[in-house]
Amino acid sequence: MATTTAPVGVATGTRTSFAAGVWSWITTVDHKRIGVLYGVTAFLFFLIGGLEALLIRIQLARPENTFVSPDFYNQLFTMHGTTMIFLAVMPLSASFFNFIIPLQIGARDVAFPRLNAFSYWVFLLGGIFLNLSFFLGGAPDTGWFGYSNLTSKQFSPGHGVDFWAIGLQVLGISSLAAAFNFIVTIINLRAPGMKLMRMPVFAWMTLVTAFLIILAFPVITVALVFLLFDRFVGTNFYVPASGADPVLWQHLFWLFGHPEVYILILPAMGIVSEVLPTFSRKPLFGYPVVVYSGIFIGFMGWGVWSHHMFSVGLGPIADSFFALTTMLIAIPTGVKIFNWIATMWGGRVELKTAMLFAVGFIAMFIMGGLSGVMHASPPADLQQTDTYFVVAHIHYVLFGGAIMGIFAGIYYWFPKITGRLLDERLGQIHFWLNIIALNVTFFPMHFVGLLGMPRRVYTYAPGLGFDTMNMISTVGVFAIVIATLVFIVNFLRSVRSGETTGSDPWGGATLEWAIPSPPPAYNFASIPTVHSVHPLWEADASDLIKDVNRVRGPIHMPPSSYWPAVAALGIALLMSGMIFGWWFGIPGLLIMLVGLYSWAFEPCH
Amino acid sequence: MAVAAAVHPAPHEEHPTSTGLSSRKMLFWAFLGSECMFFGSLIATYLVYRGRDTVGPHPHEVLNIPFTSFSAFVLLMSSLTMVLALAACQHGDRRGTAGWLAATALLGMTFVGGQCYEFTHFFYDGLKLQGNLFGCTFYVLTGFHGTHVTIGVIWLWTLFTLAIRGKLPQEKSLDVEIAGLYWHFVDVVWIAIFTLIYLIQ
Amino acid sequence: MAASARGTRFLRSISALLVLLPLLSLGCTLRQFPQSSLHPQADYASQIQRLLEDLMFWVVVIFVLVEGALVVAVVRFRNRPGLPEPKMTHGHTGLEIGWTIAPAVILAFIAVPTVVTIFKTQSKPPAGALEVKVVGHQWWWEFQYPGLDITTASELHVPIGQPVAISLQTADVIHSFWFPAMGGKRDVIPTHTNAMWFTPEKIGTFPGQCAEFCGVSHANMRMKLMVQSREDFEAWVAAQKRPPVEPDSTSLAGKGKQVFLTAGCVACHTIAGISPGTIGPNLTHVGTRTSLAGALYPNTPEEMAKWIQDPPVRKPGSIMPKLGLAPDQIAAVVAYLQSLK
Repeated sequence: MATTTAPVGVATGTRTSFAAGVWSWITTVDHKRIGVLYGVTAFLFFLIGGLEALLIRIQLARPENTFVSPDFYNQLFTMHGTTMIFLAVMPLSASFFNFIIPLQIGARDVAFPRLNAFSYWVFLLGGIFLNLSFFLGGAPDTGWFGYSNLTSKQFSPGHGVDFWAIGLQVLGISSLAAAFNFIVTIINLRAPGMKLMRMPVFAWMTLVTAFLIILAFPVITVALVFLLFDRFVGTNFYVPASGADPVLWQHLFWLFGHPEVYILILPAMGIVSEVLPTFSRKPLFGYPVVVYSGIFIGFMGWGVWSHHMFSVGLGPIADSFFALTTMLIAIPTGVKIFNWIATMWGGRVELKTAMLFAVGFIAMFIMGGLSGVMHASPPADLQQTDTYFVVAHIHYVLFGGAIMGIFAGIYYWFPKITGRLLDERLGQIHFWLNIIALNVTFFPMHFVGLLGMPRRVYTYAPGLGFDTMNMISTVGVFAIVIATLVFIVNFLRSVRSGETTGSDPWGGATLEWAIPSPPPAYNFASIPTVHSVHPLWEADASDLIKDVNRVRGPIHMPPSSYWPAVAALGIALLMSGMIFGWWFGIPGLLIMLVGLYSWAFEPCH
Repeated sequence: MAVAAAVHPAPHEEHPTSTGLSSRKMLFWAFLGSECMFFGSLIATYLVYRGRDTVGPHPHEVLNIPFTSFSAFVLLMSSLTMVLALAACQHGDRRGTAGWLAATALLGMTFVGGQCYEFTHFFYDGLKLQGNLFGCTFYVLTGFHGTHVTIGVIWLWTLFTLAIRGKLPQEKSLDVEIAGLYWHFVDVVWIAIFTLIYLIQ
Repeated sequence: MAASARGTRFLRSISALLVLLPLLSLGCTLRQFPQSSLHPQADYASQIQRLLEDLMFWVVVIFVLVEGALVVAVVRFRNRPGLPEPKMTHGHTGLEIGWTIAPAVILAFIAVPTVVTIFKTQSKPPAGALEVKVVGHQWWWEFQYPGLDITTASELHVPIGQPVAISLQTADVIHSFWFPAMGGKRDVIPTHTNAMWFTPEKIGTFPGQCAEFCGVSHANMRMKLMVQSREDFEAWVAAQKRPPVEPDSTSLAGKGKQVFLTAGCVACHTIAGISPGTIGPNLTHVGTRTSLAGALYPNTPEEMAKWIQDPPVRKPGSIMPKLGLAPDQIAAVVAYLQSLK
């Protein structure tokens, strides 16, 4: 267990028995394997969230449909939102942080490999815990935003809200641990010469995202602590009868919730900023401006939270203030889009699947951004908020935006991760099906919302004119399902028998393309010295590539460890003990303490 | 302290870092940034709810400023002993390290003990966690702070055990320094809480 | 000044076309989409509509320009033989400044009317407004007219042309009060009293519903706005102010009254002079309403019987329990309630 010297050129994890193979994944501290774990797990949760969406749409296909019960419908839309945000988009982004960031900045691993493993295991257990609620008396059913006082014991006596609040706390621990790790990794483990303004934009957006996470998650932690105290101890934080104001929850939740929106979208913006230059054969236009606007968006994300609350009645002054700050955010966002288009302008645009998804991201994000500008205006928002218009908006931003950006990243980095290419023909089919299907699904929602259909309704009356457009949306979702199946087939086939590729199939500019695919355990045999934002497009690139792959002596990699997984298990048991009782909580506490202490005192070098 | 760290480069770091700062210390600063938002939200809630209560007990009826001033002073002094513990560790003074760590932990325990006494007192004065808004915001805020102090005390005793067994040599002073960062942070938070809750009613 | 007014009028007419074109091409009318927010029937909704048209103009212009630029970039610079090797440009300060200022200017065009409309639509109601107190319940709306001493449910009657000043409260959780034809929604929040006002401009019945998720039957929390002529409204008020109809004790309705008094109904429902309950809707003149159970069903004897027979089946989560009345008891109580005109 002490020091392992990774053998040169031998891929890790091959030729081991199945049990040993599983154990090696549980104990791994290799950022690349953890990245793969994150990606696969999050994609499975993405499918669960998608299944929930499918059921929602079947229920809404016709007015007064009885496909699911009202109660189950409310669980479905709550879990759909919660799953997609916390269990799909965030960890899919984290998957790229894990796999790509150390490679892009020229590091051998993240700053705290065991903390990284811990983040993953906490995320996995938190996700399982949250979904267990379906089988243990009913899933949460108060919406992903969980407005008090509906979440109080009086109005939600079941355990659904408890699962939700505790599950989010557990997931928060995971996100925080990962964010601390990536802040330190990006600031401290950059290769020599890689100044901050020479970092790839994806690394920059990761850094901004990580800062948003460490500052936003404590706020929802506190909001959830109050909720849990109210529900388990009988305090009165959100109980109107004692004079408490339920709007406190809304302020705390959206003070977290709006930065959270940027936590979801900035990584995708980072990915797109990598893909566009590569397939345009041209550096990113206005690199510093793109970076600064990302930082500015991150800052401004803290000053706009009440635009989610225009209908609360905060008064004309507050409404005007938050309208103006929200409109202000449109400026850096627009600037980013202009720079992306300018990157392609005058380039040689090669429409590989990754590039198609990146372009699709821009096209869909413009739509989502513009509908966002519409409800930045409070009077207009008062007609639009809590209707399907907003459902359309968030799906253009999160599905057309974040998920399309993530798919761009998957097609782009898949060869780096597996050494094989995803099939290009299936990829193109996936893209076109996906973008058409998503517009069929979500575009009519703009209209059905403006025509008066509120969101979060399990049914609607006939005669309000909602029927046709809802049916179109439902048909669209089936097309999204087919598109996703095409991707899954492509993925499974390509992992096993895709075309093998060298270290750099796309002619990328950043460091990850300098090393073999898949990368060796230690990534870089020698740590490179960087002189440019796109080191592999410089004249001396071939020297750099030769140099980073030249082994100059034994390479010490951190040993694998099972203590992070043990500590994660302990935390999950401890927290779930709040629902399952002390015979879960007390062993959980002990396991957690043993795990943390053993971890702290384990020799790590 | 920053100067001390620069003089004694962290022995744990095998590789030089981009900034020259210790990664563990940077992690801890990020953690403290996060903690600021955590306590910030708790304190903000207390302030938002201040004065909304229609039923007592109200702050001026229960808070005992002289008593809490004393325990705040104790906590403040523990920051001083923490600095001395770190200085002793950085100079390789094993007995000094152990002694000052123990002193810090004992002062911390005094503070926690004071808080227990205070809570009991308030409880019998009618201030309940399940009672009015002052009760729940006060207990949860100061309770979380007390929990932080308690975790710090456990951490300090762990370091103390290492120190007396000779496992906290000069090269490992970063371990003490990080515990110190945490301790000073908890101390600063208390100054904020004490000022906003006890002094400015 | 005149030029700019003409300019904005021009913009508005274009943008009105742009908003309504896709909807008109669907043959979109209020009859087809009775809950539409795009067919204002009050001053408040019209102000929002005008602002939306301004917004829509800019949104469409930006959409066309930016998506157009994207498509041109992809098509014109797509990889094909003979395309020169790209120049390694890194940026252009002038362009960056330009496309920072341009959106800022457009946003100013949006921001100014936005702020003006915020203050206009959130102003104090004019004197002489009809005061209505709205109380949200899980899952129905209660309407009180403090000046007229009337309490009713699910159907809000107002006269045309008179401003309606609404104050909003809740009996339980957060709801949101929304008649799209009248204007924007406003949340109903415990410990808060919110306010809004509008002046109905067309006679008719307009549907609305709760817009903030409020529990299992959120979708069933509906209501109707009945904008009436002054005379019809006065007549309605007069009818509502009368004491409840006293049925002949030997009639079916008379038996129904006995059932009402003994089966537990009185604990939750008010009938003026007969029962004091306030948990459920006031039934003093329930026979005059066109719908029941939160404007979910038409108020016919059959529907009312089905409702009383098993409310949680008819409206999931309903706080009104299944009372287990015999069919003849239900028939009697329905006859009684229907007689309360």
